[in-house]
Amino acid sequence: MRATTALNRFGYGARPGDKAPSDGAGWLEAQFNRFQVRPAAFSRLASRDQIADAIVAYRDFTRTPEGKAALGERREAAQAAKHAALGSASHTATNNLMQKNAALAKLDGYDFATQQNAMQIIARIQSAVETDTPFVERMVHFWANHFAVSADKRLMIGFAGLMEFEAIRPHVLGRFEDMLIAVEQHPAMLLYLDQPQSIGRDSALAKRVSKRAGKLPGLNENLAREILELHTLGARSDYTQADIIAFAQALTGWGVSGIFQKTAGANGRFGFAAARHEPGARTFMGKTYGQSGEDQALAILRDVAASRATAIHLATKLARHFTGDEPEPALVTRLAESFHQSGGHLPTVYRTLIEAPEPGEGIGKFKSPWDWTISTLRAIGKVPDQTDRSFERTLWLNGQPVWRPGSPNGFGDLDADWASPSALIQRLETASRWSVGLKSAIDARALAHTLFPDQPLSDDTSEVISGADSAGQAVSLLLVSPEFLRR
Amino acid sequence: MVDRRTLIKGGLVAGGIGVIVSTGSLFPISFARANTDKRFVFIILRGAADGLSIVMPSGDPAYMGLRGAVAPEESPEKLDSTFSLHPALTEVGKLYSQRNAIFAQAIASVYRDRSHFDGQNVLESGGAKPFAVKTGWMNRMLSLVSAEDRRAIALASAIPLAMRGQNEVYTYSLGETQSLSDDVAARVAGLYRQDPELGTLWEAAVRTLDLAGDAGKGARRGARLGALAARLLAADDGARIMMIESSGWDTHVRQKVRLDSQLRELDATVGALVGGLGQDWANTMIVVATEFGRTAAINGTGGTDHGTGGMGMVLGGGLGAAKVVADWPGLSPAQLLQNRDLRPTASTEGMIVSAVSRHFAIDPGKVRRALYSELSSIKFPTF
Repeated sequence: MRATTALNRFGYGARPGDKAPSDGAGWLEAQFNRFQVRPAAFSRLASRDQIADAIVAYRDFTRTPEGKAALGERREAAQAAKHAALGSASHTATNNLMQKNAALAKLDGYDFATQQNAMQIIARIQSAVETDTPFVERMVHFWANHFAVSADKRLMIGFAGLMEFEAIRPHVLGRFEDMLIAVEQHPAMLLYLDQPQSIGRDSALAKRVSKRAGKLPGLNENLAREILELHTLGARSDYTQADIIAFAQALTGWGVSGIFQKTAGANGRFGFAAARHEPGARTFMGKTYGQSGEDQALAILRDVAASRATAIHLATKLARHFTGDEPEPALVTRLAESFHQSGGHLPTVYRTLIEAPEPGEGIGKFKSPWDWTISTLRAIGKVPDQTDRSFERTLWLNGQPVWRPGSPNGFGDLDADWASPSALIQRLETASRWSVGLKSAIDARALAHTLFPDQPLSDDTSEVISGADSAGQAVSLLLVSPEFLRR
Repeated sequence: MVDRRTLIKGGLVAGGIGVIVSTGSLFPISFARANTDKRFVFIILRGAADGLSIVMPSGDPAYMGLRGAVAPEESPEKLDSTFSLHPALTEVGKLYSQRNAIFAQAIASVYRDRSHFDGQNVLESGGAKPFAVKTGWMNRMLSLVSAEDRRAIALASAIPLAMRGQNEVYTYSLGETQSLSDDVAARVAGLYRQDPELGTLWEAAVRTLDLAGDAGKGARRGARLGALAARLLAADDGARIMMIESSGWDTHVRQKVRLDSQLRELDATVGALVGGLGQDWANTMIVVATEFGRTAAINGTGGTDHGTGGMGMVLGGGLGAAKVVADWPGLSPAQLLQNRDLRPTASTEGMIVSAVSRHFAIDPGKVRRALYSELSSIKFPTF
């Protein structure tokens, strides 16, 4: 494999001073031994326990009379601050309220979780920019988008990034089944898809509630449907609505300790609430599952992880990510076989991909905003510091906010999802802004050689870059060149 | 975003603001003037806009008791014997007097819970429940119009769910640079000379910036947004289908001041859009909708909480109608839904189907099947 392909299509591009790998495939495989599950950039982050405890404490507090009063005052204070900006509130009154607000904010578990979300985003960017195992890092992000959660709900905003750090990174070089189970039992996924609100019709809890209030709480199919459609078998596989319901029934009881339930285990840990579980055996895709409690859904998960439809679904997505919108059927078949025969052993699948000829061909994919942003930061040697949220904002403006795809589908992975007129304008702007801020001037022609060691620039690109009116302009033009916009 | 000063410093703007002379087209698929010239704009009010304060049922005997404390001070314009329009909506009010406005009151989408997140998902996807449908009704609507009119743009930094799907949609956000010098545009074009995909996109990018120009510079944000929208819609090769996002409607606290300012922005957007379109307004329709309504009573902090029934607007230069469409359920405690919300008596999806069907002269059944295939029965407000 050419070094340019290994660096860009499989990685996140070179950094200044990087030496071109002499053997592209070997360089990619060697990364499996160096990958750090918890890179240094994560060391400042709060733990899941800390975030969960803060949320639970705050939820408990806001249910007390004192807490309710405080909440009202806080809303008022927030409003007052806005009115002050519009000039419609008295200065002293606003100040008083704002002081109260600040005191209350310290208690707010959701504020803490939101701050942690911002810090996790910075850590993710730092890790991607600094890593010397960019291929494995790319695979982490691939799986995080495959198992997409969107941090739009305040209950899970602090957990969305942790799902990537705790459920995906440890298994990115392991088995798919283990990653799948870790993800589906993570609070981010459970809360995002409303699993804790799913209650079996004949569960002990439903019987209790219906006696008291006469209203039957219901089954929520969200998690079951998304697991089958998005995470494993894929849409248009041969499961039916009845299978979704059976799986959803098996999943009842899965939830998060401390949030909507009091189950054993620390706040924020996976917990099985037996009272919500729909009792009995059930039939899923023609097979009977007689397990009781939490094991029933686990057994189904293990079976769908091992299904051939899952292998084909994942192989198609992988091939699309590395070769383009319409991957070669032969490549998909080879990846699916590799997945199936290895029992979902991911490094084996990655090796099949690296050794395949197809990723070395074609003009490449139009980079997503994340791809483009990370490869740009690496190219110009810019690393965000601990408090710098400007890169997070850049990703918002470029249409790909971290961990907020807006739906369980995740961000699109087709050229048409990202290649647009406004993407070009936004990238030109971003590139020019960052090229201006560089501490020392970068020679765009030398940089081009580092980025594409065994592929000369096109005549057009080298002509435009040589004719640039400043060193900074040359760099920003290189960053929006066809060579750099695609990978 | 980058301001012009930074660009100059970076050497990207040579010789001041360049006026871009471009023969490029905003939408590569069409160069000819479209046959229909119809424009359609959807404005989503995110956060659940309070329908009862916008199209106010001031003739309902229970209204002042429920809403007196947050009622606007200026006297509102009477729309009919039951309803008045919030006084901040002067431009919208003008449209009503010109028979260019229909308001739908007591409507709701099929969604019946009270989460913004899920409610907006249903409003935008057009599914029967949250996350059941992965594409948006506006994107599916594109398949109903002729290929020449399938030119869609969202004034947003990412494509909103309502516009996601198989049809191509562009985005443009107000924050973007409003000028780019000829010099830099030409340099970038040079990079893409042999690259048809990027070359076409860049032509469209330059053309968009050119059209957007300095639309409404210096005016309030709502007016700038409307002026920009008009510029992008008015051009012969401009957009025909557009979505505009408006947020900040979640008025739990001190609603009176907050809503007044929100409505002034919305009104400025509509006013600038109508004004900027000029004669093309006759071919344009604007639909305004929100995910759900708000509680009938005000809460302890001078605001309202998440409710059910709300309002929507259909504005259009070719509408030839001025009415409030409502099977009015009333506001007395017994008439409210769960003793708290305005009871919905017609469907938001139905309003959208009626509007789209009327504007593009397409059979409503066909529109419903394309936009809302999951919904078998929709109660249409009668237009």
